Amino acid sequence: MLIMVDSKYSNIVLGYNDELIWKHLKHLCLQTVTSEQIEHLHRRFKQLSGDQPTIRKEHFDNIPDLEFNPIRSKIVHAFFDKRNLRQESDGLADEINFEDFLTIMSYFRPIEMNMNEEQLDHFRKEKLKFLFHMYDSDHDGKITLQEYRNVVEELLSGNPHLEKESARSIADGAMMEAASICVGQMEPDQVYEGITFEDFLKMWQGIDIETKMHVRFLNMETIAQCH
Amino acid sequence: MERQNLEAGWLLGSFWSLLLGALVVSTLKGPQQLLALDLGSENASWEPEEVPGNESSEHTFFSLDYQHVQVPFEITLWIMLASLAKIGFHLYNKLPSVVPESCLLIFVGLIMGGIIYGLNDKSPPVMDSDVFFLYLLPPIVLDAGYFMPSRPFFENIGTILLYAVVGTIVNVVGIGFSLYGICQVKAFHLQDISLLHNLLFGSLIAAVDPVAVLSVFEEIHVNEKLHILVFGESLLNDAVTVVLYKLLRSFCEMSTIKTVDVFAGIGKFFVVAIGGVLVGLIFGMTAAFTTRFTKNIRVIEPLFVFLYSYLSYLTAEMFHLSGIVAIIACAMGMKRYVEANISLKSHTTVKYFMKMWSSVSDTLIFIFLGVSTIGDNHEWNWAYICFTIVFCLLWRALGVLVLTFFVNRLHVNTVTSKDQFIIAYGGLRGAICFSLVFLLPDFPRKKLFIAATTVIILFTVFVQGMTIRPLVELLDVKRKRESAPTVGEQIHMRFLDHLLAGIEDICGHWGQYYWKDKFEYFNSKYLQKFLLREYSQPKSSIVLLYEKLERKHAIELVEAGQLIHTPSHASLLDSRKSAGMVKIVDGLNSDVLENIQKILARNLYKIRRTVPAYNRHTLPGETGTEEQAKEILILRHRSLRLQMNKSDLAHSGKEKDDSYSGHDDSSSKYKLCRSLTVRDPEKEPCVKYNRSKSACIILPLQAACAERVKKEETEKNTPSEMPWFPINDS
Repeated sequence: MLIMVDSKYSNIVLGYNDELIWKHLKHLCLQTVTSEQIEHLHRRFKQLSGDQPTIRKEHFDNIPDLEFNPIRSKIVHAFFDKRNLRQESDGLADEINFEDFLTIMSYFRPIEMNMNEEQLDHFRKEKLKFLFHMYDSDHDGKITLQEYRNVVEELLSGNPHLEKESARSIADGAMMEAASICVGQMEPDQVYEGITFEDFLKMWQGIDIETKMHVRFLNMETIAQCH
Repeated sequence: MERQNLEAGWLLGSFWSLLLGALVVSTLKGPQQLLALDLGSENASWEPEEVPGNESSEHTFFSLDYQHVQVPFEITLWIMLASLAKIGFHLYNKLPSVVPESCLLIFVGLIMGGIIYGLNDKSPPVMDSDVFFLYLLPPIVLDAGYFMPSRPFFENIGTILLYAVVGTIVNVVGIGFSLYGICQVKAFHLQDISLLHNLLFGSLIAAVDPVAVLSVFEEIHVNEKLHILVFGESLLNDAVTVVLYKLLRSFCEMSTIKTVDVFAGIGKFFVVAIGGVLVGLIFGMTAAFTTRFTKNIRVIEPLFVFLYSYLSYLTAEMFHLSGIVAIIACAMGMKRYVEANISLKSHTTVKYFMKMWSSVSDTLIFIFLGVSTIGDNHEWNWAYICFTIVFCLLWRALGVLVLTFFVNRLHVNTVTSKDQFIIAYGGLRGAICFSLVFLLPDFPRKKLFIAATTVIILFTVFVQGMTIRPLVELLDVKRKRESAPTVGEQIHMRFLDHLLAGIEDICGHWGQYYWKDKFEYFNSKYLQKFLLREYSQPKSSIVLLYEKLERKHAIELVEAGQLIHTPSHASLLDSRKSAGMVKIVDGLNSDVLENIQKILARNLYKIRRTVPAYNRHTLPGETGTEEQAKEILILRHRSLRLQMNKSDLAHSGKEKDDSYSGHDDSSSKYKLCRSLTVRDPEKEPCVKYNRSKSACIILPLQAACAERVKKEETEKNTPSEMPWFPINDS
């Protein structure tokens, strides 16, 4: 089985026995991904990029079904967000290669049966961090009211006749709720700046994201795992 | 309290006995013969009849004609007795928590059956299968289907179908063959029961009954997923039961059975299931379409919901499809469109009537079950009956175990072993089995089957029903979260859905979210245009939920006269903050921000509540200014209420259009709001961002108040003392 990896190892044709590179890919937190899945993703990557080594934002326009997605821009944005790509710098990358693509996809891998508490916690935090970055568009580490409003507006943008003010009020209501969850009773003079990541974690406590946030495709081969 | 309960109990008890006596009397033949009133003519009536030539034509002032009203009278008496019994249970608070209601009702039925049997010396009326399937079952299933939470249902649909279809088949085959094995043992004298008969018995006893499951699970409040699994399974296995039962029954009558017949049976299953769904959806869409035009006759809107659902059930039964599946599909399909089209009052009516009818049906079913148990249509055989119980439990447990094993391999969301136990143990049998056994063709051992079915039902309802609650507590099953989803959670879940759909699009692989998104797209493009009356403002569930919450807040406020910080209030200050003072806010530290908020708060003291944006969600620690504002508001509110009452009387009987979308009023409300704000000069600069349209649209209550407010304003001309409901803020 061959894997062609168009990345910094550009044009290297890997044999199945090339342990080092294989290990590297696996090390990208992709322990549960099999070679077939990597191959599938690679094929998809090539299809999106038009056989180029990297993908730019424009390439995502070629996906017809993505057009109808209300949070399309945020999703695309998330792929280029340097914080998600585990790079030290901040801001947006211009283009991503296959390795980065796999890194983003690794956020959507399913839960494993044999995870212990610590791993589960890390797993959950990773996913929530990804979501947090999507909400927090200005990269300041907090979700402010404006950003939250932006999210709600985008979510409801599918209904063209919905008033913008309704979306804002909804966002305000949600923000107040968040404030009450995160800070509880506030003093009259206290100001709630925005939702930090810790608060975000609290808000998602009731929802079991480990089981919800995975793409079914990545689940198929769990029976025939590589390792 | 105790004394009150006791007194109520005595009163109730005596009344109940009276009614029971009346019922017993009525079931006896010819009640007129018992009465000593001889009125000299067959058809006694009120008017004195002119009978020429008959000397003894007396004027009849008091006469009795029972035959005339017998049927409706008896029905009403039964329902009355059942409902009174229900009141009786709830008088003693501890009782329903220990013994589920279904048990108590069966017990009452047993007593009644015993009394009637004792007095009459013949069997009491057995529940007619037709009555059960045509009249008693549909309301319950409709209620279940209508209030089924669609999101968890569709998320778990694979598991539910697996349990319902494969699980039922496994149970049927298992129980049938095991019992046949038992029949072979010479000691039990059961050899004349053939394999086919055993399989037939298995098919009717294996099906889990939604009525019984509902009534028991209602009281134990397990988590949503578990509830959906057991409940969905009990509803959907009707299709399998119908097919198997009919198939096997027709096999009983055929001399030889070929393999082709078996395949025909399998094909029939698909026809039954898919046909049922199609019938249901057709009627559901028609119902949604009809409600589009009911704007001027709001009063009969609820009727359409019930008529169409019932029609779907009857149509499916007519074609020998699964009526239960049809009615569920109808209810789930029409729910979101009908709710958007009909008025708020109609919506409440629909919900309450559904609950009422299903409750009545439920009660009647269990009472009849108890009554029908007494009688001489039983044949007892220890071995058969005991082994039936054993095998039912055994095969259910096995089925659940094996299927869960497969489910857990395919899904990430696992069904834990505790859940499995509850699913297996919660497989209650109920009235459907009972009716089916009476529909069996007559053959020598039918009475044995009836006895076995009765015992199974009583066993599952009493033993399993009573012990499941302590077992749940013992196993510490994850209990249902009591709170409804908040706005924030809805937003997050929606966000996650879209995100996952997007990622799947990017990956180029289909998953469940793909279908959900595709359906939503199809819905918004085509279905909504066709089925919703006011397509001009489609509302997503977040908006509806938000409106509901705001309405709830408003009602609480009106009733309690208290200030509640509504969410819309938050946008007020912040919109001003962000829109008007972007420069200042950027790079402010919290102190300066607080100051600004304080200043704003003080300036706005007279027209709205003074608490700054989303700093709090309740009212503790009120400041002085708040107290004053509160008082003003309370006074205002009182005077407005009086005015509203007066004007309500003035209105003619036309029902106010108070549906969720108050479009007709919206434009006037806009103007209204703006005029109110514009009028006050000192608020002019700050006020521009205050009037948010959303708050104006949403509450008709507020519209009424606001209209009154406007009138008052013109009368009083005191702009400074503007009555300002917090709801109005935004």
